[in-house]
Amino acid sequence: MPNLLEVQEVSKTYGNYTALNSVSLTVKKGKIFGLLGPNGAGKTSLIRIINQITMPDKGQLLFDGVPLQSKHIKQIGYLPEERGLYKSMKVGEQAVYLSQLKGLDRQEAKKRINFWFDKFNINDWRDKKINELSKGMAQKVQFIITVLHQPKLLIFDEPFSGFDPINTELIKNEILELKEKGATIIFSTHRMESVEELCDDIALINRSHLVLSGALRDIKNRYKQGIYLATLENFNTAKAASLQHEGIELMESKNHVEIGQQLLKLKIDKHTDINTLLTGLTACGTLVKFEEKIPSVNDIFIKTVKETPDA
Amino acid sequence: MLKLIIVREFLARVRNKSFVLMTFMSPILVFIMFGVIAYLTKINDSEIKHITVFDKTDILKNILFDTEQIQYRFLDDISLAEAKKQTAEDETTYGLIVKTEADAQVSFFSNESVSPVLISNIENKLKEYYQNQALMDLGIDPTTFYDNPENTQISIQNYTGKETSKTNSYVKMIFGGFAGYLIMMFIVIYGNMVMRSVIEEKTNRVIEIIISSVKPFDLMMGKILGTTMAGLLQFTIWIFIGFLLLQLFGNLNGAYPQTIADTQTSAFNLTVILKEILALPLGFMIVSFLLFFTGGYFLYSSIYAAIGAAVDNETDTQQFMLPILLPLILGVYIGFFTVIENPHGTVSTVFSMIPFTAPIVMLMRIPFGVPWWQWTISLLLLFGTFLVVVWFAGKIYRVGILMYGKKPSYRELIRWLKHQ
Repeated sequence: MPNLLEVQEVSKTYGNYTALNSVSLTVKKGKIFGLLGPNGAGKTSLIRIINQITMPDKGQLLFDGVPLQSKHIKQIGYLPEERGLYKSMKVGEQAVYLSQLKGLDRQEAKKRINFWFDKFNINDWRDKKINELSKGMAQKVQFIITVLHQPKLLIFDEPFSGFDPINTELIKNEILELKEKGATIIFSTHRMESVEELCDDIALINRSHLVLSGALRDIKNRYKQGIYLATLENFNTAKAASLQHEGIELMESKNHVEIGQQLLKLKIDKHTDINTLLTGLTACGTLVKFEEKIPSVNDIFIKTVKETPDA
Repeated sequence: MLKLIIVREFLARVRNKSFVLMTFMSPILVFIMFGVIAYLTKINDSEIKHITVFDKTDILKNILFDTEQIQYRFLDDISLAEAKKQTAEDETTYGLIVKTEADAQVSFFSNESVSPVLISNIENKLKEYYQNQALMDLGIDPTTFYDNPENTQISIQNYTGKETSKTNSYVKMIFGGFAGYLIMMFIVIYGNMVMRSVIEEKTNRVIEIIISSVKPFDLMMGKILGTTMAGLLQFTIWIFIGFLLLQLFGNLNGAYPQTIADTQTSAFNLTVILKEILALPLGFMIVSFLLFFTGGYFLYSSIYAAIGAAVDNETDTQQFMLPILLPLILGVYIGFFTVIENPHGTVSTVFSMIPFTAPIVMLMRIPFGVPWWQWTISLLLLFGTFLVVVWFAGKIYRVGILMYGKKPSYRELIRWLKHQ
């Protein structure tokens, strides 16, 4: 899979403050890339550099294999975290204007606006001014404006903030649909559950450094600690105690009296395989449910950020 | 791209209700104001002043004659004390003139503060009388001596042979002063518009989207140019309305020549003024106004734009306003005090060259005639300075629009200038 965007050792400082320190990452074509990091880590700085709002002090960026140039602006759509539109401009006019700035011609812009306004069923907002709309409504308009010029690369910074659950779902589906149509998406957020749902690859930036990056699945595998959850009936406590000798640590054991089930949390060491665990468990009772505990992005996020050494 | 921004900014200004209101209402308001002033002056003048005269010498009888505004009553056969008492008690009487000696000594008694115009009027008449008296004592006939007094008026001409007059100078002063003042107002009003629009984009956060599509410098220039066009449109409409009103006013005046033209206190005849206005190089003045307004406005609005970018809200702009307003106010003062006194003096000439005061001072000088080379240099300097200033402003603007939450100091702004 070719890369749509390559960030190569990009650094950016503001006075004495280092926003980005030699950050490199690659965004694959047609994938959703999660850009994660605590507040002030340097995400916005990186996004601004990709948008060519600011220039990097060091390093370079490749877009579709060639150095990022001003002509690429038309192929990028950006939804900033701090939303904003002209308050006293009509919704329709505003959408036309902003997409014209992205290089669409007027007629084409109008056609696409019709399509999206129909799709979101917001045709009657067209002649309203932004300050007559609710926050959620304005967010929808802004989402449409971001995607109107059908950019190859979409950058969504906290796209779900300000949306109710129904609209969050709507926008989520739109994002997935855009991906299906071939768009590449950079997705910056603090909502880890949406990262789990949407992202193929992630990168974690902390204190201006890239601390983690790769395919979400790989990273999760890497952060697996060999912890398993099992549910048993007819549980035999004595047998369970002997599991330790086979390299299995019983971390938790809870009894659900009402349903006669025992919930176990177990950890196996490096030399033990799952079959040994399963054999051991079946000896302790009837195995009803068994699963590996996969670390959530949230866990990985917190763990990585906490482990980053002070710069 | 730049065109798109210009058009948007232009429409955003022009569609604003206050723009429409200001464009069409202000000429009418100014017109009404002048009308009211003229009317009030007329009322004031149509009031008849009754003045009593106590004269033992009978000289005044030959000097003071009743006019439309003043009626004299000569008191005979009473004492001075009696005359004073009578006049003081009579509310309808404006004052009492007393002359007891044959020399030039005259007193005026009144309860009110006396109009200086009236006093100097009487003084002049007395002076004329005594001068004539002196001439006659020498055996000279005053009428022969003065021949035709009309001829003592200096006829003012410029070298190309165009005859001018005192009225003409006043008209020039008023026109030049008005044009210069108007330029200052335009710069301040439209500069503020640019600044507010920058602040609006910044606080709306729409700026982030725009500059992910266009260069900040383009956005700034688009804003300045779009707003200029709105300003020029407004000015053009004003000129149009102005000519229309002037035409209308001229016709009215032709129909009723008595109303204003003949009032005593209006120093000049209105038809003369109208003639003088039309005799001014109006076309050249309008072209100059447009050029100098554009240049001056470009210069100042790029500073306004930089300030707008540097702050988060309008209240934070105060500390940066003084350096902008100072040269503008200086320009107006120099215009009103120096240019009118001596339109081609060193001070006037120098300040009509310095780009920050040039638009105002030059506009005030233009009705008096400015050499072409001065006009050209001034304009070149103005636009040259604009290019330098806009380059600096662009740097501040670029950094400023992405800075939030901090109220910048001058030191900070200088640091932004150095920013790569």
